[in-house]
Formats: sequence, structure tokens, C-alpha cells
Amino acid sequence: MPNVMKKKRNFHQASPGWNIVFNLIAGIFAFLCVFPFVFVVIISFTEEKTLATDGYRIIPKAWSLDAYQYIFKTGDTLLRSYGVTILVTVIGTVVSLLLISLYAYAVSRRSFAYRRFFSLFAIFTMLFSGGMIPTYIVVTQLLGLKDSIWALILPLALNAFYIMILRTFYITGIPDAIIESGKIDGAGEFRIFSTIVLPLSLPGLATIGLFSTLGYWNDWFNALLYIDDPNKVPLQAMLMRIESSMQFIQQNSANGSISLEVLQSMPQDTARMAMVVLATVPIIFAYPFFQRYFVQGLTVGGVKE
Amino acid sequence: MVGSFFRSFNRNKVMLLMVLPGAIWFLFFSYLPLVGTIAAFKQYRFSRHGFWYSLVHSKNVGWANFKFLFSTDAAWSITRNTLLYNIAFIVLGLVFAVALAILLSELANKKLAKLYQTGMFLPYFLSWVIVGYFAFSFLSMDRGLLNHTLEYFGMDRMQWYNDPKVWPYILVLVYLWKSIGYSSVVYLASILGIDRSLYEAAMIDGASKMQQVRNITLPMLKPIIIIMTLLAVGKIFYADFGLFYQVPRDSGTLYSVTNVIDTYVYRGLKTTGEIGMSTAAGLYQSVVGFVLVMVSNYVVRKVDKDSALF
Repeated sequence: MPNVMKKKRNFHQASPGWNIVFNLIAGIFAFLCVFPFVFVVIISFTEEKTLATDGYRIIPKAWSLDAYQYIFKTGDTLLRSYGVTILVTVIGTVVSLLLISLYAYAVSRRSFAYRRFFSLFAIFTMLFSGGMIPTYIVVTQLLGLKDSIWALILPLALNAFYIMILRTFYITGIPDAIIESGKIDGAGEFRIFSTIVLPLSLPGLATIGLFSTLGYWNDWFNALLYIDDPNKVPLQAMLMRIESSMQFIQQNSANGSISLEVLQSMPQDTARMAMVVLATVPIIFAYPFFQRYFVQGLTVGGVKE
Repeated sequence: MVGSFFRSFNRNKVMLLMVLPGAIWFLFFSYLPLVGTIAAFKQYRFSRHGFWYSLVHSKNVGWANFKFLFSTDAAWSITRNTLLYNIAFIVLGLVFAVALAILLSELANKKLAKLYQTGMFLPYFLSWVIVGYFAFSFLSMDRGLLNHTLEYFGMDRMQWYNDPKVWPYILVLVYLWKSIGYSSVVYLASILGIDRSLYEAAMIDGASKMQQVRNITLPMLKPIIIIMTLLAVGKIFYADFGLFYQVPRDSGTLYSVTNVIDTYVYRGLKTTGEIGMSTAAGLYQSVVGFVLVMVSNYVVRKVDKDSALF
């Protein structure tokens, strides 16, 4: 009875013909999402000389490893920027997890008399902000963080939205009874927090931790505002600086005010693309974690009182 | 009275200690900048005596910064750009993300669907600096893939970074490219949560796939669509700084179509040095943005109490 067989198939599926069309559309879009990265990888492996005549090609005439060799030979800047980014990302993630989890735990506890006040204290910052310039003034003039590594860490350390996500996680995921039993056993609040609450909330912490790792790794904005010292420029900001100095040189090379020497000391196109690749590779490696926990973070949902 | 406050303080001592570091952070990075918005009513000068001194001793100018801001074309053009781009992002982003989610949910091979999703997710994880480089590999005047392709078909090269006409399309495309894969996940999750028996019943009644989408999937998605849209409307006065600053490579000829409130404020701080006026523009953004968030949150509350922000 072929008819019955047909009826048995998953009701949530299109007919075979549509299935092919849908596969094509989704496949093409997925390809387009990945293609620019692949293209930049190809450019980074292209022979520099062929660029002048051919431009960027999907299939270059000649391949070469020169760009990567150049980077590893003259790689001080890149290495230093890598160092800055790793330092900032590690310290930043630890600091922000600490601040966020403590704050979120306190405002999740019903026994905390001021939990409403501190919830609102956090939520209000999502609704109304002073804006870029007043923040800049406070960070540079009051905190004196201009050209300090902390100017890359602190502005991203806390975020009311993460607090609310984690608070929901604590309220729904950690029963009061467990905490009460800890109290009966005579554990103090900090002890309960570190030995009972933290282990139980690892999935939530992982989500927030990855959000903030990605935020630090990809940050260039705070460097744009606060960092002039070339020794403290993180990876993304360094890529940005190279780009704008290249533009400056291109605009001024026509009237001969820039010497050939300066022009040659700048990283070539392929080397810059190789740096882009090297800045992106860690994200590709961390990808499986990111994807899993980001979806989870999205579906944690409910941010409410 | 004082005694009872003291007792309650004592009882909550440990919890207060827990919120203390975060509260200090909020004080410095959220609440003191609020005080700093006074600069919008000042002719602000950076004094070496620090924050409070500069704030108190800068010359009071009342509403002059605002008057000047709104007497220039800039105020109109940055407001228009910010709003129009965000409206395009909200409408197109919604249509494409929902369409993509429906499409992914219909695929027979779940392994393939997962693979596609993995690809679509990638752009979301990359910084705007990287995306700016990607765009450059396509749009570069003498080396880019697009000009190369144009030449191949016997057409003239374009000066992409000097042609304001094309940028509204480029920016919308780049935005969609970066965000749809991510936002479709939200819709996909709720499609997968729809009761299967609804589709079974529809199929027994002879409903076509299109009819099922129109009469089951879309109505079931309605609440989440409304909520996501309203939350986006609440942020409609804020532009994505990276998109408008990195992707056009800060090209001056493009400012007429790439300057939004956020880039305007930044340039006021770093390039033109008009601190007072830029702070005024930022405060204008914050105030209108606040009203919009409150209104949209009020509407979300009416639609679905659980999804409201507060």
C-alpha cells in the first residue's frame, strides 16, 4: 500500500521537488555567508605580484606563502596585538563573569531585602544612557584610563542584559530548597554561592562567558576611543589602523610626499589579508562551542521581573 | 527608624557585598556619564584638573548647543539616515529571517539543514573590522572582485567608495548578510515548537504546503514576531556604529548616506572637536530612544506580559 507509506512521512517536510529548491536556496545563502572568508584566505595565499595585474581572484595564477612568512618574520606588531587581545579577553572574561554572577545571584535571592532596588539599578542602564561622549569624559578624566589596558577591559565588563539572563537562570534553575539545606548545614552565603550555586549554574555561566569572550575578542571600539599607545593596540584595532594608514599613504603617494621606503615598509595586500585570517582563525576553532551556547543563550529567553 | 535600617543592613550585609562591585561599575560607567550629559549645556573644555572641575568650570551656554545642532542640516540628515536604515533592517531582516527559518524547517535532510545553519551563523561572530576587509576585497577600485567581474562583462569599473548612490543598498545587504543567520535561529526554534498534530490535521484536510505556512506556521509565529519587532523598534534611534564606520572605510564622500547619529557623535569627539554639540546629539538620541523603549515595552506588555523587558 504505497499510499499509506506516503502518508507516513514526516508532516513537517516539503515535497521532493520543493525540497530540492529549498536546499538550493539555503545552500546558496550558507555558501554566500562563508564565501568572503574563504576569498580572503585565498587572497592571503596569492602571489603578491599577480595582484597588481589581476586583482583579487578566486583562482589566482600563482600561489605563495610569502604573506605568512613576512608576518612571522616581521611579526612584532601582530604578535604584540595578539598578546594584548588574549590578555584583555582572559582578564575581561574572568572579571565580567565574577561581577555578573555575584550581582545576578544577589538579585535573584528572595531573602535579599534590596533586590528590587538593585534590579532596577541595573535595568535602568539599559533604558537610558549618557552616551558616548559623557562616558569618554568619565573614563579619561575621572578614571584616568586613557592608554591603559583597563580601558579595554572595564567598559565591557558588565552589562545589565547579562545580569538579567543569569538572574532568570538562577531563579528557574536553582531551587530554594537546595540553598536552604546549605544554610541548615551552616554554610555562609559565599560558601553556598561557591560550592552549590556556581557548579549548578555552569551552563548559564558558559553562555555568558562565551558572549563576553567574543565581545572582548572582537572589540575595536574601546581601542579607537582610548588607546593611542601602539604597544597596547588589540588585534582588531591594529587591523583597522593598518587599513587607515594605507588609505592615507595611497591618497598622498600621488603627490610624492610619501617616500618609497615608507610605502615598502607597509604590509602588502596579501600580508594584510593574512592578518585578517590569523585574527579570525581562533573564532573558527571555538565555533562549535559558540554555536551551541549562543543558541542556548537565545532560547534562555525570558528576561523579566 | 535608624536602628531598623541598621538591622536590615546588617542582615543583608553579605548580599550587599555581592552586588557592591557591580554597583560601583554601574555608578562609574552608567550613572556618572548621566551626570556628564550636563556637558550638552556647556561649552565643554577638557581641563587638566579633571572631570568635576571641567564640568563645573566649562562655560554655561543653555540650549545653544541644541539650537545650533538643529539649525544645521546634519541633525536632519543623521536622524533620517538612522531611522530609514533601521526601518529597512527591521522589515527586511524580519521577512528574510522568517522565510529562512520556515525554509530550514522544511528541509528533509536534517544533517544538511544543520550544516547550512552552521555556515549562516559565521558572519555573526566576526567583527565589523573583519567584515570591512571582506567588503573591500569585493569593492576595491583596482583589485576588487566586483570591478573585475564588471570588466569581464565589458562594463566600466565603479569607484565604489566614492559613489553615495550605491551605499544604501550595500549597507542593507551587508547588514542582512551578517544578521539573518543568527536571527533566523529564534524563529526556527519556535517553528520546531509548534504542535505537529496541527500539520497532520491540515494535511488530512488536503491543505497545501503554502496553505499550511499561511494558516498554521505564520499565525503561530505571530507573538514572537511582534515581540522581536517591537524590541527592535525600541532601539530604532541607535545605529550599529561598526557597520556605518568600518564598512564604508570612513570615506568622506559617502557621509551623506553613511552618517548616522552614532558616527556623528563620534566624529564630533575625535575629528571636529565639537564636544558640546555632539553631547547634545547624544542626549537627543538617549531621550528619544528612552521614550521609544518605554512605548514599545508598554506595547509588548499588552501583547505578551512574559516577553516584556520589565
